[in-house]
Amino acid sequence: MDTQKYVIKQISIFSENRPGRLAAIAHALGEEKVNILAFSIAEANGFGVVRALVDHPQKAHDKLQSLGFNIAFTDVIAVKMQDKPGGLFEVAKILGDAGINIEYSYAYSGKDGAVLILRVDQVDDAITKIEKSGATLMERSVFHG
Amino acid sequence: MVLWDPRIEEMPKEDLQRMQYKLLKSLVYRLYSFSPFYHDRMKEQNVHPDDIRELSDVRKLPFMFKRDLRDNYPDKIFTATKEELVRYHVSSGTTGKPTVVGYTQNDLDLWTTSLARGLTSAGLGRGDVIQVSYGYGLFTGGLGLHYGAERIGATVLPTSVGNTERQVELMQDLGATAIACTPSYLLHIGEVAEKMGINIKKDTKLRTAILGAEPWTERMRTRMEDWLGIKAYDIYGTSELSGPMFTECLEQKGFHIWSDLALVEIIDPKTEEPLEAGEKGELTITILQKEALPMIRYRIGDISSMETETCACGRTHPRIQRIQGRVDDMLIIRGINVFPSQIEYALMGIPEVGQHFQIIVERKGALDDMLVRVELSKGSFSDKINDLMKIRQNVEHRLRNSLNVNVDVELVEPGSLPRFEGKSKKVIDKRSL
Repeated sequence: MDTQKYVIKQISIFSENRPGRLAAIAHALGEEKVNILAFSIAEANGFGVVRALVDHPQKAHDKLQSLGFNIAFTDVIAVKMQDKPGGLFEVAKILGDAGINIEYSYAYSGKDGAVLILRVDQVDDAITKIEKSGATLMERSVFHG
Repeated sequence: MVLWDPRIEEMPKEDLQRMQYKLLKSLVYRLYSFSPFYHDRMKEQNVHPDDIRELSDVRKLPFMFKRDLRDNYPDKIFTATKEELVRYHVSSGTTGKPTVVGYTQNDLDLWTTSLARGLTSAGLGRGDVIQVSYGYGLFTGGLGLHYGAERIGATVLPTSVGNTERQVELMQDLGATAIACTPSYLLHIGEVAEKMGINIKKDTKLRTAILGAEPWTERMRTRMEDWLGIKAYDIYGTSELSGPMFTECLEQKGFHIWSDLALVEIIDPKTEEPLEAGEKGELTITILQKEALPMIRYRIGDISSMETETCACGRTHPRIQRIQGRVDDMLIIRGINVFPSQIEYALMGIPEVGQHFQIIVERKGALDDMLVRVELSKGSFSDKINDLMKIRQNVEHRLRNSLNVNVDVELVEPGSLPRFEGKSKKVIDKRSL
C-alpha cells in the first residue's frame, strides 16, 4: 500500500529557552502567511524544540532558515481519535500491541474531531498497522496546502 | 622563495647576535645618559651600562610593564622631543587608562620595514591587492599594515573595519588577493558573504589572510583555510612594540622576530628565569632601535615558546609560536588556570558546535561556576531532545577533560552569540574578586 500519502512533514525548530523566542518564530510564520495547524514545545535544560504542523512546510522552513534558525523536517503521522473518553486508548493500544514505540506525540481537538500527531520509530510499519486496525489516518493533503 | 632583505634575513646567527649586542649596548648607554626614567630604573637594579659585556647580560636589566606606560601617561618616558615625533597611536583603555605611543620618522620606517619583510615572507608582493580590514586610526593595525603593504608594492584596499557587506563586494569587485584583519572578523566576513550568496573560495580571488590582534588556534586556521580556500598567516605585535610587527612565513611555523629589530627572551613568569627554546613562558621583548619610546625587557603578558633553529624558508631569525594565552586573561576557576584558547581548541574538535563561543564565569556561593555558551551547528540539529542532550554532554565532557574543571554548557541558536569586528571579548567574568 502507498504509505507515503500519510507521511506528514512536521517542522522542528531549535530554540533557546528565553522570552520572545516563540513570538519570533510565530511572527515570521505569520509574515509568510503560513498557518500553524498544531504545535508543541519540548523543553530541556536551557533550550527547547518547537514542533509544528503548518500548511506550507517548505515556505516556513525557508523563512526560518533565512532568519538563522536551526530547523529540520521530521516525518510524523496523524490519526483521528474519537473525541470521548477512551478515544486515546484505542489508538495507543494499536501501536502498543504492534510493538511500535511512540517517541513523542501531541494532539488537537479540531472542528472535525480530535487528532493525535505521532512521531514513531517505524513510520511505515505504524501506518500499515493503524490502517489494518480500522482507525483513520489523515492524509498529508489535509495539512499541506 | 622571495626575501625582502636577504642580507639581513639570511645572516648567520652569530653575526646577528653580534649585531644585537652592539645595538643593545648603545641603547643602554643612550638611555642611561639621557632618560631619567631608565637611569633611575637601572640604578634601582644596581646595573650600569658597563655591566653589559655580552648579549646574555640583557638579563641584568630591569623589566618594563604596561603599567610603566600607564603611570607615565601620556608621554613622560618618551626619549624623543615633541618636534622629532611624527605620529601618535593610542591603545584602547579596556584594561585601564589608555597608553600613548609615539614615533619618530625612523621608528615608522623600521616598523614598515619589519612588515615589508613579513608580508614578503608570506608570499605577498607586487600584483597583490591587500584589503586592510584592521581599524584605521588610533589603533596601530590599520595604518601599520597599510604602509607595510604599500612598501612591498602591493595595492592597498583600505576598508578598515565595519560595513561588512560592502567589504565583501569590494573584495570581489577589486579582486583582493589578501586580507589583513582579526581572525574573528574574517569569520564574520565569511558568514556575511555566505548570506549574500557569495562563496569566497569560488567567487573571489582571496588566497591569503594575515590574522592577528587576538588569540586564535591551529584548528581555527585549518577550518578557515578549508572553508575560505585561503592560507592564513599569524601576525604579532602590540602598540608598545610599534604595532603589528612580525608575521609567519610560508612555512606557517610561527612568526619570525627580526633580530636586528628585537631581542626576545622567554621567561618563567614566576621565577623570571630564562627558559630554553621550545619551553612555554612569558614573551619578553627588547626593541633595539626605537628612538621615541624604547622598550627594554618589556613583559607583554603573552605566553608562547620560541624556536631558534633556522627555518625551512632559510631565514635565520627565531620564530615564536602562536600566542597560547595571556598571563593576565588567564582565568582561575576553582584554583585551576584556564586559558580561553584552551576552550577554543577543545571546541574546534567538536563538529556539532560552531566557531563562536562565550565564557561566563560567576561565583555561586563559594564556588566558581563556568558556563560556556556554544552555537549548535547547522546540520547537527536533531528533532530529538535526547540527541541534543547528548551533544551538550559530549561538549561538557570534552571541556572537562581538557581543562580539568567542571564546565556547564549551554547550546544556543546559530548566530546568536555576539560577533566582534575588532578584538573579541569572549569572556564575561561576573565574579567580584
